[in-house]
Amino acid sequence: MAHEHKLEIFRGLVKFKSNTQKIWGVLIFLSIVTAIEVVLGIYKPEWSMAQVLGMKLLNWIFIILTIVKAYYITWDFMHMRDETKGLRRAVVWTTIFLILYLIFILLQEGGYVFKVYDEGFIKRDF
Amino acid sequence: MSTAVAEGKTWSGGNEPLKASYGKMMMWFFIVSDALTFSGFLAAYGFSRFKFISEWPIADEVFTHVPFLHGQELPMIYVAFMTFILIMSSVTMVLAVDAGHHLNKAKVTLYMFLTIIGGLIFVGSQAWEWATFIKGDYGAVQTKGGNILQFVDTDGHRVALRDFVVAGHTDRAAHERKNGLWFVDEAPLPPFTVEEVVKGLESHENVLVRTQLLNEHGEKTVLSREESLKQIKENGKLVVEGANLHVNEYGSPLFADFFFFITGFHGFHVFSGVVINIIIFFNVVLGTYERRKSYEMVEKVGLYWHFVDLVWVFVFTFFYLV
Repeated sequence: MAHEHKLEIFRGLVKFKSNTQKIWGVLIFLSIVTAIEVVLGIYKPEWSMAQVLGMKLLNWIFIILTIVKAYYITWDFMHMRDETKGLRRAVVWTTIFLILYLIFILLQEGGYVFKVYDEGFIKRDF
Repeated sequence: MSTAVAEGKTWSGGNEPLKASYGKMMMWFFIVSDALTFSGFLAAYGFSRFKFISEWPIADEVFTHVPFLHGQELPMIYVAFMTFILIMSSVTMVLAVDAGHHLNKAKVTLYMFLTIIGGLIFVGSQAWEWATFIKGDYGAVQTKGGNILQFVDTDGHRVALRDFVVAGHTDRAAHERKNGLWFVDEAPLPPFTVEEVVKGLESHENVLVRTQLLNEHGEKTVLSREESLKQIKENGKLVVEGANLHVNEYGSPLFADFFFFITGFHGFHVFSGVVINIIIFFNVVLGTYERRKSYEMVEKVGLYWHFVDLVWVFVFTFFYLV
């Protein structure tokens, strides 16, 4: 198990000859993503300021790019790609489910508290 | 094979349905729990930010420094460098793991060494980042309500307190353990008093006050000249320079609290990662894994090290980018 690696990324679009080569490939990809994030963060283009689902488009782009990076770190550096389905799901699904739940609860509540402050401590006026 | 025999084989142990060793699996489940800890912290940060969504500090204005480049505003460049260092050390780590699979002791040694160096550069950078943040740069005035008033010129550029306020003579000495009650001391006194700031503001026509509140363009609100004077005179209470757990010249003290707590907790992980890496490095050098014919230990610390990198990717996004 430990010595065999799946050597393709992007669903087989890019194939590597050896594990070492794949590592450098993933590094280049992660560096490009980070560079895009930094450039967007410095210049903040006008089009990215549009509001999408309660947040700036730029912030959504940052979050999505972060998750993309996290995926490649976990799958290729931590070799999740080579683990069995059972282990992968036990680790990934559990974590993702709990984190989504936590984020939803806390951000929802934070927004509520903001509104209460903002609207003169009245949330519902009967 | 009868059912009884099959059952005996299934339930009598020795099966490895996940095809991973005990140690590696436990490292994975430790990582799951640690990931939940970090997401708890980051979600709490999100909560506070959403609570003060209209007045949260803008990270681009807070982290603008790069070592050796004094006085230049370079938002995010240094953090991007730190991120790159950490990703790079993740790469050397995974190369060490790969060399371990080929039982190549020399290469494992080299790559482990490079990983440790990367980790040390990162921790050092973080210490520098903290020091810069604690020291602050422009200074601000805190109001009675705990809000922060900063100073800008008419073009909207930040103005430091030391550029327009003249410190007068004061007889007020800081209360230290050696000159007062031995069991109490106070923080260093701010270099200026609020009255001196008022005088400085009155004599500099082109200085305006900027509040914490964000306008519809996502920029901080700048007050008119009369409003500026009025705000400082009526509400100014304390001159603040830099940030600590109580006050923060960049805005909400919560921002500083979370910054110290989350990057501190992450930095502690990096530090312990470096320590563990050093231990494993010496084991590699001594040939422990060579005799064992397995470098799985390197793989396990590798998992931890990558996890630290993974967390940083998120901290980077939520503290510096979003």
